[in-house]
Amino acid sequence: MAKGKLILRTDRCKGCELCVAACPKKILKLDEVLVNQKGYHPISITNEDECIGCANCALMCPDGVINVYRVGE
Amino acid sequence: MTEKKLMKGNEAFAKAALNAGCRYYFGYPITPQNEIPEYMSRELAKVGGAFIQAESELAAVNMAYGAAAAGGRVMISSSSPGIALMQEGISLLASVQLPVVILNIMRGGPGIGSIQPGQADYNQVTRGGGNGDYHCIVYAPSSIQETMDMITKAFEVAEEYRNPVIIAADGMLGQMMEPVIIPEAKPALTEEEIPAAKPWALTGHKNKRERIAINSVWLEQELLEDYINGYWPKYIKAEKELAEYEAVNLEDAETVFVAFGSTARVVLEAMDILAKEGIKTGLIRPKTLWPFPNEAFSKIGPKTKQIISVELSQGQMIHDVKYALEGRLPVALINRVGGMLIDPVEVAERTKKILEVK
Amino acid sequence: MKPVFEYTKGMREMELHYCPGCTHGIAHRLIMEVLEERGDLGNCIAVSPVGCSIVAHHYLDVDMIEAAHGRAPATASGIKRVHPDSPVFTYQGDGDLASIGTAEIVHAAHRGEKFCTFFINNAIYGMTGGQMAPTTLIGQKSTTCVEGRTVAQAGMPLRMAELIATIDGAVFVERVSLSSPAEIRKAKKAIQRAFEVQEKKLGFAFIEILSTCPTNWGLNPVDSIEWLKENMIPYYPLKQFKCPEEVK
Repeated sequence: MAKGKLILRTDRCKGCELCVAACPKKILKLDEVLVNQKGYHPISITNEDECIGCANCALMCPDGVINVYRVGE
Repeated sequence: MTEKKLMKGNEAFAKAALNAGCRYYFGYPITPQNEIPEYMSRELAKVGGAFIQAESELAAVNMAYGAAAAGGRVMISSSSPGIALMQEGISLLASVQLPVVILNIMRGGPGIGSIQPGQADYNQVTRGGGNGDYHCIVYAPSSIQETMDMITKAFEVAEEYRNPVIIAADGMLGQMMEPVIIPEAKPALTEEEIPAAKPWALTGHKNKRERIAINSVWLEQELLEDYINGYWPKYIKAEKELAEYEAVNLEDAETVFVAFGSTARVVLEAMDILAKEGIKTGLIRPKTLWPFPNEAFSKIGPKTKQIISVELSQGQMIHDVKYALEGRLPVALINRVGGMLIDPVEVAERTKKILEVK
Repeated sequence: MKPVFEYTKGMREMELHYCPGCTHGIAHRLIMEVLEERGDLGNCIAVSPVGCSIVAHHYLDVDMIEAAHGRAPATASGIKRVHPDSPVFTYQGDGDLASIGTAEIVHAAHRGEKFCTFFINNAIYGMTGGQMAPTTLIGQKSTTCVEGRTVAQAGMPLRMAELIATIDGAVFVERVSLSSPAEIRKAKKAIQRAFEVQEKKLGFAFIEILSTCPTNWGLNPVDSIEWLKENMIPYYPLKQFKCPEEVK
């Protein structure tokens, strides 16, 4: 059961993958199919249930793509 | 207050600025204007202002940029080589339309030059002298009183036009003493009054308005062109409204001198010498170097056959004189350079030589 | 849902033009988070440099002005004289601060100017296309040292935090990094302290922020972070050089 939930603004994503590297649960990956307005493959979550809401991804993101919330409290 | 006081030029200039409401001065020592920062260091704090002896003229003009952007009434001063160093900052000020009064107590150049008076900054102050399309408004006083009055006016003009204003005084004016009437002291704007008086100034948006972003770089050249064309009308207006000059004896003159600053006073004495020998001369004394008082030259009478530009330079103003005359009359140059002064006898002798040749 | 992290209001809606993975976006955000938390977005006046972040004023919701190259500390000194109680900061890169602007930063520290300077050290010149900076490491390649920087040609890289720390007027000097979430949290704490130092008018606050430049390093963003850790941190140690008692 997920402890954290991410709200993504994928139109801002530049596919830099700093969040991918920072995620301790390794549940972030660039979308292989989707391309955003800027022409990048934006970030996507592979397994939402695993998110612990640590916000490492949001801390590393230079572009304000990710907001993080605590679920179920 | 109509009581006259005997004051040294540089000190009088600083006093005039304070009385005009200037509360910020940043400067670096350079001869022959050091009395200005020295005076400011003593007096500004007493009226709630701030003085910084900057690490260089480069820093001083950039401090002025910040203080003016923040809504303060600012003055900076230097002498020719220091003004050259400030040119980047002056162009910057003009590019974002900020008011700053700049005193150039001119000395001989080029390079480090001499510490004695000169007028060879004419080009520097009227042609840029930094990069890009702008003008500085330039006043050329010829007495300590006139300098004080021009400084007082300069702050108003700078703020009305949102532009740097240069007072091109020479080292003689800075160092000599004359009796002056000190202009009345005006109150300065308080910090709280700045947003209403200067809505373009950086004051912190207080969450009450959009943030102000002052930029000098333009990554899209179409926008920069629009911007420059947008502010250019103020220079057309300045040309119509700000040009000032003094004309002496133009109706009768066969030869008209053109001279500014201390040199004009020397020329007036030379005119007396020549008059005693039956040589009729007149004088056009530009009081603004930019805008140049072209209109004065249309007042030259039909008796005039020769124009002589008298300058402490290799002839810089002479080009504006020729331009204003549109080729109607011959123009000669009487000059000294390198910090040498010219005296009335020399002006008279050289005038006679020029007239003999004709 | 309780927010754990929400993008600060201090960052305006406009999207950042910086390269993918450029840590300017993180540095900008941290400063704005601190100002928002202090309730100072409305009071702050900031100065941007010449460099990639010359356009920072598009992104930061504070009154801001572009300074001439290297002159931000002089500009900030002038602003601070007119608004002594407003928080003021300069944001500068390695060309701006460690090359053309060394006189201005040294003298701002020397005068104990009551503003903060955030120095973005990414060991290269970004905006002009990857030339050597005073902070470029020995052996590091750039367009003006294509075989790698050598001591003979260019001298050893300049350690600005150490230099500024020797000046009495600089009362808070710290070097931080943006190379991991933990380091980013520490960087934010340093920025908080810097603004406290300013509020208490204790003196000059200087924070050197080790940053990446993926484009001009020729590395992808993730590898750039690793390069920073392996190469920059050993030479530019992360350290709090000076901190006044009042903000410890």
